[in-house]
Amino acid sequence: MPHALAVHGLEKRYGSVEALKGVDLSVEEGELVGLLGPNGAGKSTLVKIAVGLVRATRGRAEVVGARAGSRAARAELGYLAELFRFPGWYTADEVLVLHQRLAHSEGGAAERQRLLELVALSEARDRRVDGMSKGMQQRLGIAQALVGSPRVLVLDEPTSALDPAGRRIVRVLLEDLRGKGVSVLLNSHLLSEIELVCDRVAILRSGEVVAAGSPHELTRPRGVELETDEGTRTIDGATREDAPRLVAEAVAAGRRVYGVRVLTSTLEDTYLEVVGDEVS
Amino acid sequence: MSAVLTIAGYGFREAVRRKVFAVVVVLTAVFLALFWLANHYVFTRLSTVTPPADVNVDTRTFAGAFLLGLAMFATLFLGVVLAVFLTLGVVSGDAERGLLQPLVVRPVGRTTLLLSRFLGAAAVCVVYVLAVYGGALAIIDLTGHWVPAAKVAPGLELAAGVLIVIALSILGSVFLSSTANGIAVFMLFGAGLVAGLLGTIGHALNSHAIRHASAVAAWALPFEALYQDGLRLISSNASGLTGFLLQLGPFGGGYVHGWGIRVWSVGYLVVALAVAVLAFSRKDL
Repeated sequence: MPHALAVHGLEKRYGSVEALKGVDLSVEEGELVGLLGPNGAGKSTLVKIAVGLVRATRGRAEVVGARAGSRAARAELGYLAELFRFPGWYTADEVLVLHQRLAHSEGGAAERQRLLELVALSEARDRRVDGMSKGMQQRLGIAQALVGSPRVLVLDEPTSALDPAGRRIVRVLLEDLRGKGVSVLLNSHLLSEIELVCDRVAILRSGEVVAAGSPHELTRPRGVELETDEGTRTIDGATREDAPRLVAEAVAAGRRVYGVRVLTSTLEDTYLEVVGDEVS
Repeated sequence: MSAVLTIAGYGFREAVRRKVFAVVVVLTAVFLALFWLANHYVFTRLSTVTPPADVNVDTRTFAGAFLLGLAMFATLFLGVVLAVFLTLGVVSGDAERGLLQPLVVRPVGRTTLLLSRFLGAAAVCVVYVLAVYGGALAIIDLTGHWVPAAKVAPGLELAAGVLIVIALSILGSVFLSSTANGIAVFMLFGAGLVAGLLGTIGHALNSHAIRHASAVAAWALPFEALYQDGLRLISSNASGLTGFLLQLGPFGGGYVHGWGIRVWSVGYLVVALAVAVLAFSRKDL
């Protein structure tokens, strides 16, 4: 069975600049994969090759077994670009009608209504795009990407213009899509968001994948924090397994223990470690 | 087919929504009103008009052809303005604004997308050019009771000239930003006008070299040659043709004309669109 999305040995060169240097990555059915990396790491180039907007210099990209950019690949895709705009004179409903026609979707008004409800825009169905806030336009963009029930969804910074409530809507939506078997490649600067929803994460730096794995795999123990009547102290290097012993030792030493917390590094710590001092 | 209609309709709707369309419509109404006024005064005082000695046509034909020649130039100019402003950003401009990407990733195909945008702009511009040309013909007929030797073909040639400008503008939009493309296409249009002027000067001075340069430019920029051929057709049954054409104004001529330039223009249009499609299919967005 083909991967929902796969790139092998992907290289892209813009003149003398190597944007991608042999990237391998796959997204399985129903999997949510996050792309992280500083500006200029090659994330957007990778995403654009996957959806057929940019041609690879070398290597290959496939969507459900079809060459990225081919008609068959595009028929399986939903895409939200980082920088996008819909014609200002279109209403939200008309934008979706346009994309239904282009995606050959037969969902009709019911699909449009369902998508607008998913992104909390059902009240703005007849509002023109130029009368919408940036956040509303971004949510409309997500609805547009879902037209035709694509098997693979590629989202480039889908929450950059959203407030916390909007981000929550998108997060819930992504979890719902994963439950329905939709595969998602999510490019975002928001590490917390990636950490919350993604099954796997790939961190790019200078056109290469420098770390990949589940958010859990990418974090590591940082010690155990013990709160006693003497105050709070951190035992570096201790793991979760050490916690009962450390508590017992403190109690045996006559200390009153009020709390114990196992510390692990966050995705942000790992990100900063592998990306180094590159400004994101 | 439905994708073609959808994209063409998208382009058509975008075209008529743009302020430039409203501006062109208003300017056209002003032009036609002034044109009617000019015809009214010319034909009610026809006895005051004296054709040059070397033009062997009656005064009404001279005045009618001269005024229609001017109307054809205005029609071509306004049609080109409309065409350029509707298409100067079809690829690079729309990509920079983020309008293009959501459409390109749909299973439509870049070729279909680009050709549909051409069809959308062509529908607007052809209807516009034929309407203005028809309006000018009607005004001359109503005020001066004069109709040209060929009524339909000159209008079609003007429309074909505008189609070529649309194709060049779309081709330019693949490589250039909106502003650069707009400037480039208007400069090409200006070069075409200069070529026509050059031909007139070449004939007046009886200079083979200048006439040859003008002819080369007319083949290189066939929208200008089509306009010249249209001018030739409106008085094709008059005698002393060359001398008469020279009186139609600096942009007149018809030095390159006939089926040769028409067939060449069709090929030119097809090649310009084919190159645009090929370049667009390879363009990173």
